[in-house]
Amino acid sequence: MQSNPSTEELERIASQIRRDIVRMVHGVASGHPGGSLGCADFFTALYFRILKHSTSFNMKGTDEDMFFLSNGHISPVWYSALARSGYFPVQELATFRKIDSRLQGHPATHEHLPGVRVASGSLGQGVSVAIGAALSKRLDGDDHLVYVLTGDGELQEGQIWEALMFAPHYMLDNLILVVDWNGQQIDGPNHEIMALGDLEEKFSAFGWETLKMNGNEMNDLVNKLEHAKTRMGRGKPLAILMTTEMGKGVDYMEGTHAWHGKAPNDELAERALDQLTETLGDY
Amino acid sequence: MKSIHDYSFTEKKATRDGFGAGLLQVGKDNDNVVALCADLTGSLKMNAFKDEFPNRFFQVGIAEANMMGIAAGLATTGKIPYTGTFANFSTGRVYDQIRQSIAYSSKNVKICASHAGLTLGEDGATHQILEDIGLMRMLPGMTVINPCDYNQTKLATQAIANVEGPVYLRFGRPSWPIFSPVEEKFEIGKAWHISSGIDVTIVATGHLVWTAIEAAQELEKMGISSDVLNIHTIKPLDTDAIIQSVQKTGCIVSAEEHNKFGGLGSAVAEALITSNPVPMEMVAVNDSFGESGKPTELLEKYGLTKNNIVEAVKKVRARKQ
Repeated sequence: MQSNPSTEELERIASQIRRDIVRMVHGVASGHPGGSLGCADFFTALYFRILKHSTSFNMKGTDEDMFFLSNGHISPVWYSALARSGYFPVQELATFRKIDSRLQGHPATHEHLPGVRVASGSLGQGVSVAIGAALSKRLDGDDHLVYVLTGDGELQEGQIWEALMFAPHYMLDNLILVVDWNGQQIDGPNHEIMALGDLEEKFSAFGWETLKMNGNEMNDLVNKLEHAKTRMGRGKPLAILMTTEMGKGVDYMEGTHAWHGKAPNDELAERALDQLTETLGDY
Repeated sequence: MKSIHDYSFTEKKATRDGFGAGLLQVGKDNDNVVALCADLTGSLKMNAFKDEFPNRFFQVGIAEANMMGIAAGLATTGKIPYTGTFANFSTGRVYDQIRQSIAYSSKNVKICASHAGLTLGEDGATHQILEDIGLMRMLPGMTVINPCDYNQTKLATQAIANVEGPVYLRFGRPSWPIFSPVEEKFEIGKAWHISSGIDVTIVATGHLVWTAIEAAQELEKMGISSDVLNIHTIKPLDTDAIIQSVQKTGCIVSAEEHNKFGGLGSAVAEALITSNPVPMEMVAVNDSFGESGKPTELLEKYGLTKNNIVEAVKKVRARKQ
């Protein structure tokens, strides 16, 4: 993989990652395809273009950018991005959610999967963990950045707001929080389950700089994430509200919460794969 | 080994003061040590560390869940975070954060919990957690330590920096007799054999270790010699020391400032029942919440006194015969 892939190359990778997601979830008849597909473009941009990182995994993340996934249920997209960028063999994706696998249903460090630094799945905890890593980098004079992704429904957890209060108080300006704003959660649309209100206003009121980004448009992703880096070191943490479409790339999964945590059957999996070009070779 | 009558004290100090002193020392000894506190810096005696190492101290406000997560992140990058708040807010309030972000993720976080048990006193049952040892003991990989006095708490606070992995360190609010030697080496997971005896084993943890010594002194006058063990580390439990003792005495009494479910007594019973079952009595809170009152009044009302231990010894010896 070249070090600075073009938008077209990134889109080709994202297509393969979407295939991986569908095949992983179908292969074990469980998992969360909706949010994973929605975030495929973001993970591609992050791992293949934005992060300064080494795939020879170092838990401490010394002298590299660090990424934490707070909404751990979208593990399929993360696992695929990690494997496709070289953290572990892509063949291992076939073990997802199966016995004796390093690819647990929700990400874990317990089986020592390279790329994962903390378990997530029980929601609301990842921002705090990312803050700890960012504080540590500042203490050590390491000017690399810490990224964390949360779901939008996850913002209903109280711990998130404790963390959102902390980061500006400590002027943590090496931290980029991305919200996967697909508007959906297991039981239905956010606004029906527990309305999030004006997120931009809320983040601003808590002392964060904010940006909006289209999480399913590769040019916008790359531009905004590059721009985000330039906003660091100015005394404020940055929150990016990333709009995505749950299930993006598979027509019957798009725009509904129905595929949040459900695997397609054989026929539907085939229909999904027909819509996603194999670009890097299936695992 | 000392005789039981050799134990006495001239000074009292709170175990939380031992924590404060130990934290300052370990901060000096190890640059990776950082500390976090959820708006109880004075109560936890963390001010000395805060003043000495302002950059390595993080006030998180009244947000314990966030504190545990931040500690996990700091540990990920190689720091050794010590979190400080009351025992209730260090465990029950943040159990899932500890479970997922710290224990399951094998993070090197030292959860330091003050004001444990009834001796917190007047604040009452909302703050007097009696279930914390059980909660923390159930987590795979968690080390659980409840030192007995100022000196031991100071030593334990320093010692836990040298083991990789999560630790729960429990201590308390009241002034308490100082009787353990300053020079005693603190070995995690290794019982402190306080005195040798042949008629009964008494295992105790935390504040109740002094109470157990007083009980053993009284029993000695009645002609009953007690093998007294300070089980400062409840997990991993020094089962060898306990089994060795009961093989000699044939019966055992446990004493702790905790619910009888899940604490030291439970841990000892679990260990003995599969190897060396002997008659056992537990001096512990009998499955209830506490209430407001003076520490001594509470220990009396909830059955955690010297006399309760003496009575338990008589009862367990009767069962042996």
